[in-house]
Amino acid sequence: MTGTKSILVIGGSSDIGHATALRYAREGWRVTLAARDLEAAQRNADDIRTRSGVVTTVQSLDVLQTAQLAGFVAGLSVLPDTVVCVVGELGDQQRAQTDPELATTIMRTNFEAPSLLLEQFAQRFEARGSGTIIGVSSVAGDRGRASNYYYGAAKAGFSQFLSGLRNRLALAGKVRVITVKPGFVRTRMTAHMKLPAHLTVDPDRVAEDIYLADVTRPRDVIYVARRFQLVMTIICALPEAIFKRMRI
Amino acid sequence: MPAAALPGRATASSNPGGIALSGWGNYPKVSTKLLAPRTLAGARDHLLGRSGVVARGAGRAYGDAAIGTHTTISTRGLNRMRSFDAATAQLTVEAGVTIADILAAFGPRGFFLKVVPGTKFVTVGGAIAADVHGKNHHRDGGFGTIVESFRLALPSGEIVTCSRAENAALFMATLGGMGLTGMILEATLRLLPIETAWLRQDTRVAGNLEAAIDLLEGSASATYSVAWIDCLARGAALGRSLVYLAEHATRRDKELLGPELAPFPSPRMSRLSVPELFPGWLLNRASMRAFNELYFRRGAAQQGRPRLVHWDPYFFPLDAIADWNRIYGRRGFVQYQCVIPQARARRVLADILDRVSRRGDASFLAVLKQLGDGDGPMSFPLRGYTLTMDFPVSDPLFGFLDELDALVVDAGGRLYLAKDARQSRATFESGYPRLAALRDIRQQTGADTRLVSHLSARLGI
Repeated sequence: MTGTKSILVIGGSSDIGHATALRYAREGWRVTLAARDLEAAQRNADDIRTRSGVVTTVQSLDVLQTAQLAGFVAGLSVLPDTVVCVVGELGDQQRAQTDPELATTIMRTNFEAPSLLLEQFAQRFEARGSGTIIGVSSVAGDRGRASNYYYGAAKAGFSQFLSGLRNRLALAGKVRVITVKPGFVRTRMTAHMKLPAHLTVDPDRVAEDIYLADVTRPRDVIYVARRFQLVMTIICALPEAIFKRMRI
Repeated sequence: MPAAALPGRATASSNPGGIALSGWGNYPKVSTKLLAPRTLAGARDHLLGRSGVVARGAGRAYGDAAIGTHTTISTRGLNRMRSFDAATAQLTVEAGVTIADILAAFGPRGFFLKVVPGTKFVTVGGAIAADVHGKNHHRDGGFGTIVESFRLALPSGEIVTCSRAENAALFMATLGGMGLTGMILEATLRLLPIETAWLRQDTRVAGNLEAAIDLLEGSASATYSVAWIDCLARGAALGRSLVYLAEHATRRDKELLGPELAPFPSPRMSRLSVPELFPGWLLNRASMRAFNELYFRRGAAQQGRPRLVHWDPYFFPLDAIADWNRIYGRRGFVQYQCVIPQARARRVLADILDRVSRRGDASFLAVLKQLGDGDGPMSFPLRGYTLTMDFPVSDPLFGFLDELDALVVDAGGRLYLAKDARQSRATFESGYPRLAALRDIRQQTGADTRLVSHLSARLGI
């Protein structure tokens, strides 16, 4: 039994955050959901508590207020065993091309803020000598594409941050860092998009893979769905001279 | 226009920005705009100022009940549980939570639902709107009996709490009201404590319909009872059945019959799936006959030997096959479910079965159950027997079903609206004499002009 373990989900109002927290709660983990939209987070927390019977709490957090991140982490009543950051915003690429403020928000939300926040946890986990840091990045960060390069560039940055953090912490061997790269997931973020069915998964599936990679079968980098890894390997192998003319 | 006048034609009304939507029977397919709110407030806002709109749960109603003539509001995003009080066993959930969700969360904690329909993939909102029944209706009543209260969004945007004590008329009209009184947002249910996840099942073989009804009638003390009829049997064997009787197994039952079993194993995970566009010709008489023969031999071998069955395969056998509705191919199928009052049931059901067996295109299995009196004015059950069969859609089918309707009407019976895709207004009105109660409520709340499904438009509700 892991009844005394706890997980903190940053972005707890999101569909993937909800599903991930519920997956851990089913194994008896205590859950804290941090989110800007407290009402949505509370609705998710009520659902998780009702379904699993575990203690579930919510915390207000706006990750873009980066000056407050250190205080947020210092103020936690319990330092969690696992922290999962699912914060992300797709944003409107075309609008971002002419709206620097939006472009900035996309880059800060997907890269700057999650990285600064997880660094705080890294230091405390290191001091404690245990913990798992899970960052939900994206396959969009594997190669820049015309349709979402602000989002993709930020996710690329976040993936590299996680990679570097993992490298740093692996040398001591106490704290693990997991990079999660979901492909298409049926969530609020993608509700308006037409997604290819064979490459699209439900949030439950992402949650299951995260739990597996953390607890059951430790992994460093996971793709959900698995076949996306092959797709991205091929896309990354294309010579730039060809890739730049493609519409994908 | 009644769909019966358009035999076998999938109607598609013009609706810009719409998609083709159908019920579980894949017939009829009609155009509607589909909205998918993710919060209760969002759902209510979608209702405001719209006409020709109705809520849709998991899409498990077979016909056109959960398709708005203009707009359909999916409750799938309203899938959060709200709270559970272990002392009273009261669970509050949003309307899009399914029975499968509830059983997955609470089965292992020793709770069940006193009333479950034949599939666990329905939503709570849909279960209330159809006032679904289970294999214990004759003893325990319909789904409405486990509903403590619900919150209903009216077309005006007002949200009212309904229970047997508060807004009672609205509460009752909503049971079986097919979503036509308002949009159910949240409901509070009473769960049933159970000692194990197992059922103690007794299988009996009935050589014909008479024997099946005798068995069901003689087992009034059994909590759950259902007869699976071999629709291919004819003559003296017409209506030959396997009758399944069951009780929730106590801890003691489990120790006696299956000491090696866990009291609360998790529901099975593996599921078969029917490939898309399953060729309809695979369902021929020879293959059906072979299947039924095997099925009955297996059942007969189990006679007189009580065995433990997990609640999942006992209550939801078809749920093991994902998308089994595809088995009927592209044109879809009609599930025909009627109830015949007790006094006339033996004669009329024999007549129906005889006609069906002579026709030979019905599903290979039919389900026969006892029902008690219904709860709400629009609840389907009445004291008697209900028979359920599937028919693949074909041009001559609709005339045949009209013939069956005439037998049902003559016997004072009715058809289940959650299954219906084609009955006439006359059949409907004769079957539901308390329809005025629903119409009155709809007029009072303005739902009559605003909440309109293809079913309600077809039947003039």
